Amino acid sequence: MSSRTPVSMTAAAAVGACLLALPLLGVLVRAPWSDLGPLLTSHDTLTALRLSLECSLGALAISLVLGVPLAWLLARRDFAGKGVLRALVTVPLVLPPVVGGVALLLAFGRRGLVPLHLAFTTWGAMAAEAFVAMPFLVLTVEGAIASLDDRYEHVAATLGSSPLSTFRRVTLPLVMPGVAAGAALAWARALGEFGATITFAGNLPGQTQTLPLDVYTTLDRDPDAAVALSLVLLVLSAAVLVALRDRWRVSGR
Amino acid sequence: MTLESDVSVSLGEFTLQASLSARDGEVVALVGPNGSGKSTLLRALAGLAPMTGSVRVDGQDLAGAAPEHRNVGWVPQNAALFPHLSAQDNVAFGVGGRRGRDTARQWLRRLGIEDLAGRKPAQLSGGQGQKVALARALARRPRLLLLDEPLSALDVSARVDVRRALRTHLADYDGVTVLVTHDAVDAIAFADRVVALEAGRVVQDAPPAELTRAPRTTWLAQLMGANAFLGQVSGATLLVEGGGSLALAEPVAGPAPALGVVPAHAVSLHREQPRGSARNAWQVVVRDVVPAGARMRVQCDGQPGVVAEVTPESVTDLRLRDGEQVWASVKATEVTLVLL
Repeated sequence: MSSRTPVSMTAAAAVGACLLALPLLGVLVRAPWSDLGPLLTSHDTLTALRLSLECSLGALAISLVLGVPLAWLLARRDFAGKGVLRALVTVPLVLPPVVGGVALLLAFGRRGLVPLHLAFTTWGAMAAEAFVAMPFLVLTVEGAIASLDDRYEHVAATLGSSPLSTFRRVTLPLVMPGVAAGAALAWARALGEFGATITFAGNLPGQTQTLPLDVYTTLDRDPDAAVALSLVLLVLSAAVLVALRDRWRVSGR
Repeated sequence: MTLESDVSVSLGEFTLQASLSARDGEVVALVGPNGSGKSTLLRALAGLAPMTGSVRVDGQDLAGAAPEHRNVGWVPQNAALFPHLSAQDNVAFGVGGRRGRDTARQWLRRLGIEDLAGRKPAQLSGGQGQKVALARALARRPRLLLLDEPLSALDVSARVDVRRALRTHLADYDGVTVLVTHDAVDAIAFADRVVALEAGRVVQDAPPAELTRAPRTTWLAQLMGANAFLGQVSGATLLVEGGGSLALAEPVAGPAPALGVVPAHAVSLHREQPRGSARNAWQVVVRDVVPAGARMRVQCDGQPGVVAEVTPESVTDLRLRDGEQVWASVKATEVTLVLL
């Protein structure tokens, strides 16, 4: 059985696909392929790349350490204000990153509520990235835990296992695919983070100038270098997507 | 070990209010329609459902204790083996350490599945999985063993196999066992007592023989209105204790003690000696006729005595009254044999 596909729908979908695909194509077509080697191995690029990896992996570590317990609480415990907490976790997903950066300044800046003096430091860049990336991890892991049959945890309890030990020995191993998927999403988001980072941590080469900031800074001065750096970010994003393809299938049971 | 419990659970509209007690080594079967609260009662005993009341094991009240401090073995429906652990690691989970591995081996050996020790649950059949789950619960020597329909998900041959394993190990086990079942055969074969729940209340608490003879509700009559013939099986014949015999559909290597279970609705009554396909026919005397829902339960004396469930029309047609002599018949295929 086949039903007619309206031309207007097809046309809109085609334009939509082009809107998504053409920019990527642009990067690939205009990439300075012949100069790629020297452009990508320049001192500035390598510094930004190293900083990006440090910050995004640090943000991922923060997200895992704080986000997995948060996800477990949301999925497995009932408490007052749970709805508020879940909304709070979702806020960075919809908040403009620049506003996130401003908010971070007001919270953890020199004159913030909790004056940790994180602003304009590498730690600050890491915190900004964790702020925007953690929701991806929390929501993915929460979904994985919520869809896990709670009888496994109940059986473990009757076998004398404390809640913490049950989490470590039963829950975590069984939701590992979900944790991996959430980690990949969160890492990709942290790696690409721009707005919150530049607002909260500034754009200091070697300290807070991560790859996306470097791209933005370089675009005026040396467009070829900016495109080359964009290509690097595009390849990393594509790699995450490929890595996730199988994870989603597992966690989406 | 003894169990004395008085459990109240509120789940929205549903409330469970049940007292359950048992002596040392006693096996209590918990029966009831879907939604009657059987599984909820088990979960409350295990500490997995919020409850009020008391759960006294050997006089000590566990009602306030977390599940991990109760030492209660719970085997949920479909076993719920940890999918990421091997059979051996599943059994060792609650024991731990080096001793855990040895204990697990020992239990798997006892259940005759030691060769499956390294397999993951996904590589086990339903019956093998149930045995591993049973071993996992027993390995900690729990004070209370709670089994939630351990046989319901199994096919017929696995059911026979696991039923035998259960019988053997429940006989050895000195704690109290509470077994939820949907099957009259299991209630009769395993239980010292049957507790029937309906809509969250206990409607009957009696030895299986009393329940099969005098079930108090229609649902119970339909489930438990079964005949249980205890005797010795030899070849394709069950020699019933107290006289009489039953022909079986398939021969069994014997002689061995066994229980032949025949549902009451599978017993036919006749005025004349029947000449049909039924392999078993014998003369009985009607002792009592009582209504059970839309049907009538006819208790008959004879060798062996038997309970039949028939329609009110048959009672009229066959003029079934106390003291009347009639023929009872049972097809050999209707006899479920449980080796003891």
